[in-house]
Amino acid sequence: MARKQQAELINGGSGDSSGGRGAPTSFLEVRDLKIHFPTDDGLVKSVDGLNFQLERGRTLGIVGESGSGKSVTSLGILGLHNRRNAKVSGEIWLDGTELVGASAGRVRRLRGQKMAMIFQDPLSSMHPFYTVGSQIIEAYRVHNDVSKQVARKHAIDMLGRVGIPKPDKRVDDYPHQFSGGMRQRAMIAMALSCDPELLIADEPTTALDVTVQAQILDLLRDLQQEFNSAIIMITHDLGVVAELSDDILVMYAGRCAEYGPVDDTFHRPLHPYTWGLLGSMPRLDRERSERLMPIKGTPPSLINVPRGCAFNPRCAYGDLNGDKSTTERPELLELEPGHKAACHLPLEKRREIWDSEIRPKL
Amino acid sequence: MTSTGGNETVSTDETTPAGAPVTAPAPAPEARRARGGEPLLQVENLGKHFPVTAGLLRRQVAAVKAVDGVSFSVRKGETLGLVGESGCGKSTTGRMVMRLLDPSFGKITFEGQDITTMSQGRLRPLRRDLQMIFQDPYSSLNPRKTVGALVGAPFRLQKVQTENGVKKAVQEILELVGLNPEHYNRYPHEFSGGQRQRIGIARTLALKPKLIVADEPVSALDVSVQAQVVNLLEDLQDELDLTYVVIAHDLSVVRHISDRVAVMYLGKIVEVADRNDLYERPMHPYTNALLSAVPVPDPSDRGDRQRIRLQGDVPSPLDPPPACRFHTRCWKAQDICKQVEPPLVELSPGHEAACHFPENTTVSATDEVARAAVALAPGTTVVDEPQAEV
Repeated sequence: MARKQQAELINGGSGDSSGGRGAPTSFLEVRDLKIHFPTDDGLVKSVDGLNFQLERGRTLGIVGESGSGKSVTSLGILGLHNRRNAKVSGEIWLDGTELVGASAGRVRRLRGQKMAMIFQDPLSSMHPFYTVGSQIIEAYRVHNDVSKQVARKHAIDMLGRVGIPKPDKRVDDYPHQFSGGMRQRAMIAMALSCDPELLIADEPTTALDVTVQAQILDLLRDLQQEFNSAIIMITHDLGVVAELSDDILVMYAGRCAEYGPVDDTFHRPLHPYTWGLLGSMPRLDRERSERLMPIKGTPPSLINVPRGCAFNPRCAYGDLNGDKSTTERPELLELEPGHKAACHLPLEKRREIWDSEIRPKL
Repeated sequence: MTSTGGNETVSTDETTPAGAPVTAPAPAPEARRARGGEPLLQVENLGKHFPVTAGLLRRQVAAVKAVDGVSFSVRKGETLGLVGESGCGKSTTGRMVMRLLDPSFGKITFEGQDITTMSQGRLRPLRRDLQMIFQDPYSSLNPRKTVGALVGAPFRLQKVQTENGVKKAVQEILELVGLNPEHYNRYPHEFSGGQRQRIGIARTLALKPKLIVADEPVSALDVSVQAQVVNLLEDLQDELDLTYVVIAHDLSVVRHISDRVAVMYLGKIVEVADRNDLYERPMHPYTNALLSAVPVPDPSDRGDRQRIRLQGDVPSPLDPPPACRFHTRCWKAQDICKQVEPPLVELSPGHEAACHFPENTTVSATDEVARAAVALAPGTTVVDEPQAEV
């Protein structure tokens, strides 16, 4: 297949990532990001060579199971890892600024101002002793030289913007006086208080009920249109990704398994792990399937990542490659325009399996 | 008083004598588990009000109406799904059925026996038949006990004699749920979340129960592992002839696993129906809203899917809205919804909903509901309301 011959090596010569290629043109570009944690039991390679780009106004969905490294990636971008126990290498370019090598003070100034994060559990990520308002005011005043009155007005304005009723009254409430959905809204208000251009949402709706989840997803979509911000949406729910993302990155054991535009990835996924995720989900938009198709086994330990292809022990098609799966790590190759996957299976074979075995059963 | 067509499902306000022989309905063509038919569990007008106390004397000042009169029955061999948002009372209902919580009112009948007020001592032999799977596989297993001790505990507590010793029996169960029998001497922390949930299921199955109440059995697990556990629950049901009450908030999981589904809102059941009926022709607006809020893993669906967005949050169960509890968030609400509580009535065979303006129904719902409403609150005149569009 011509496309396969054209397929280019994306991560050619990983290792010499220390500069050389210069500032990228994308708003956010992550190059060969590695985040390793030395522990008594061995080196935990939470993120092991990740590459992606994101433009303003676009949304990237990062999907994976627990322990796949998706949250570690987001904390890495924000520079929230303690350098004493985390080894971070690679490059993170945010609007022309490199973050991995930057000083802690410089990253701190950017954090909140240019990039902000929405955490999963708003109850544990807001301080229970301070009112919701004072926490938003604090975040705003760190980056803006304004009086308390002005900051308070801004906080009320933000709370109203994210749809909290009577914001001038609720601004003095404590987090426990808010319902789960309202807390998440307040969290979003706090993250947006400095008009960040990059918003990282780490499982923003996992703790919420479906009807509230739908409200929050709508809110994020509207706010993105208003602020033209770039959003990284980290989730394990493929439904949320399909609803909101432009691009999707599937992570497995700290590496990228598949990366591409959301339509291609959902309609023609090229990695057996993505097939497995799609087959594991009961779906409301299709006829009920008699049986789910789970992935066998459990995600691997990040200390002992399987040799060769990390997904190999759980892959139903690993045997088709002979020894290659257990000896050689598959490269992330661009197989269709913008659509990359890391798998040893020949492309035609993968298309055949998807069309004949997987898709009919979904 | 309405007389519902078939008496096999939920009894609304008429009281079916407990354990009375019930004529089995015409079995649904593809119903995988159409066997059995007599109700194993029957719940009538069950409620739980948690008192709110204040002051030095701990006087009761209010009550959280967690569950406020639910009725349903579970037939032998079937799976009933209980869905709803957090705080709707689904877990409380499950715990009351297990008698882990004492009901404030109502009646629970298990195999024809009234267990509502049975003492814990007399309940103990019944515990063999009634088991529960808990949500969190991390906190529901004692970290200081081995798998063997955890799964073997039911045998000791119930003084069950096993043919080849407890160890053998435990190992057989471990194998049944897909764990290695050699894991007998390991501790819970050595296992992953999915494996722990399997240990929990093994413990539940130890005494071959008849009814299992599973409270969010898969929500703490990863998607790929979730599917394994869902498949395991289905296999075990076929193999051991189990009856499940599955409590979950994930509507797709519930559709997959259940034969019948009951939707709860603020302590009440608003709709009960066969799985296919409910998901294809939801009658209650709340069910409709819930279904349309589920994100669908298909990007091409984006935009052209008709969505219903509910505003605001679920009201507090401390002070639930009068009459129809959904009227504060319902887009179809009229004056009658604020004055007359719609009873749960059968609008088509096997499909019950509690709404004045149900959707997706050819039956003249207005008549049916109006009759019930008048019966419920005589004196209220029911204006002929325009019927809801389908």
